[in-house]
Amino acid sequence: MAKKYAYYPGCSLHSTGAEYDASFKKVARTLDIDLQEVPGWICCGTSPAHSASHLLSIALPVKNLTLVERINCEEVVVPCAACYSRFKFAANEMANDPKLAEDVKEVIGSSFQNKIKIVHPLEILASMAPAMIKQKAKTPPKALKVVCYYGCLLTRPGKVMKFDEVEYPMTMDNVLKNSGFEVLDWSYKTDCCGASFALSETDAVLTLTQKILKNAQEVGANAIAVACPLCHANLDTRQTEINAKYNTNYNIPIYYFTQLMGLSFGYNQKELGIQKHITPATVQV
Amino acid sequence: MQNQATLVPDAKFLKQMTDEIKMNVNVCYQCRKCSAGCPMSYAMDYTPAQLIHAIRLGLKDLVMNSKTMWMCSSCQTCTTRCPQEVEIAKVMDTIKIMAVNEGIKPPVSRVHNFNKAALSNIKWFSRMYELGMIGELKLRNFPLDLFKDMGLGIKMFKKGKMAILPNLRFWPWPWTIARTYNIFARVKRKEKQSKSQKD
Repeated sequence: MAKKYAYYPGCSLHSTGAEYDASFKKVARTLDIDLQEVPGWICCGTSPAHSASHLLSIALPVKNLTLVERINCEEVVVPCAACYSRFKFAANEMANDPKLAEDVKEVIGSSFQNKIKIVHPLEILASMAPAMIKQKAKTPPKALKVVCYYGCLLTRPGKVMKFDEVEYPMTMDNVLKNSGFEVLDWSYKTDCCGASFALSETDAVLTLTQKILKNAQEVGANAIAVACPLCHANLDTRQTEINAKYNTNYNIPIYYFTQLMGLSFGYNQKELGIQKHITPATVQV
Repeated sequence: MQNQATLVPDAKFLKQMTDEIKMNVNVCYQCRKCSAGCPMSYAMDYTPAQLIHAIRLGLKDLVMNSKTMWMCSSCQTCTTRCPQEVEIAKVMDTIKIMAVNEGIKPPVSRVHNFNKAALSNIKWFSRMYELGMIGELKLRNFPLDLFKDMGLGIKMFKKGKMAILPNLRFWPWPWTIARTYNIFARVKRKEKQSKSQKD
């Protein structure tokens, strides 16, 4: 029987990261994962909230978790790494700071059990028997040499996230290997892409992403897999500017790991939203 | 404006900081692992380790007027690597909040403007309405950055990555929006309350 999860897409997966939403749903269907979208979910507050008010930054994710409690799901799957991080921080603070927990409950106006398990799609996929994924992976594009980019918030800080090894995680590497891809080792798995500076301090994003793209190219990769809509936006949309500023010629397609899995499972590129990328990402089959 | 930082220690500052972050920054022994790993330190005026040291010395003016916390991308590398378990990223957030509360003009105004634009967007729409947020950001930064990323924005429209209208594809959205707005209002009230209690 399919395992049921509450699904919190978050704002990005309904806009700039629509292809992550589409491809994750396809992968989930193939692997018999049942997703039920949390009714009436709201933004998790992301970086602006924790930079402006500690109480608000905990209250918004907790409000969403109470909505999950209401639909009787034990686990909520959060594909956006930033939302995932805020959810985990919130659950952690609610458990460890009783005074704050009282304030939060008062602010959101509902009770909260704090028993929901917060998971990332990668954790679900990694917990499956590898044979199950291998058996569905029929048509992985052989030309792709992939490096997996985890970004900051999936693994850090380890004490809160408890996701994988903090400095050199392997979850995505293993999942993509099982899906039939050639995965390369590299040094920038968990380096920062500039995250929420995308619109405010864009120069910082160019400086940081340039290093990531450089290392990917140096190890011989021709694709980068990501698990965060913010990482995707920063890596995908800024390559032209980087090329102009640093006199380089990067043209590396950036995929969500779910898109790669979808390709391997035989979905066509349009269904997976690959044409939506700014840096051309169409794969020659 | 010139940075008016002075080297006058403020005895209450460390205590105030410790209360806010609920952690003792005095355990820092300046190994500087946080600063070595910080991807943004190149753009800061003081490294994270220097800022922590300044907090311990009570150099309130220097800390509150610094660029450091505004250039922090919250990547959590420092917090993760600190052998003394100082939650440096959280310290950065706390200083930002304290500085804004005390009416200090952030030296990196774009970052502060982005935070404000994003939050008022969430308050009014519950889910991020990118175009509205960008609009407000442009107004706040005016006349800087007026045409920045215009080309990219148009490309994203064409690819269906950005919507013209707010995300209201859920029902009952008027109720959800009112509920979110209420959370923001209650947080504000609560914070005012606890502030007046402290004073």
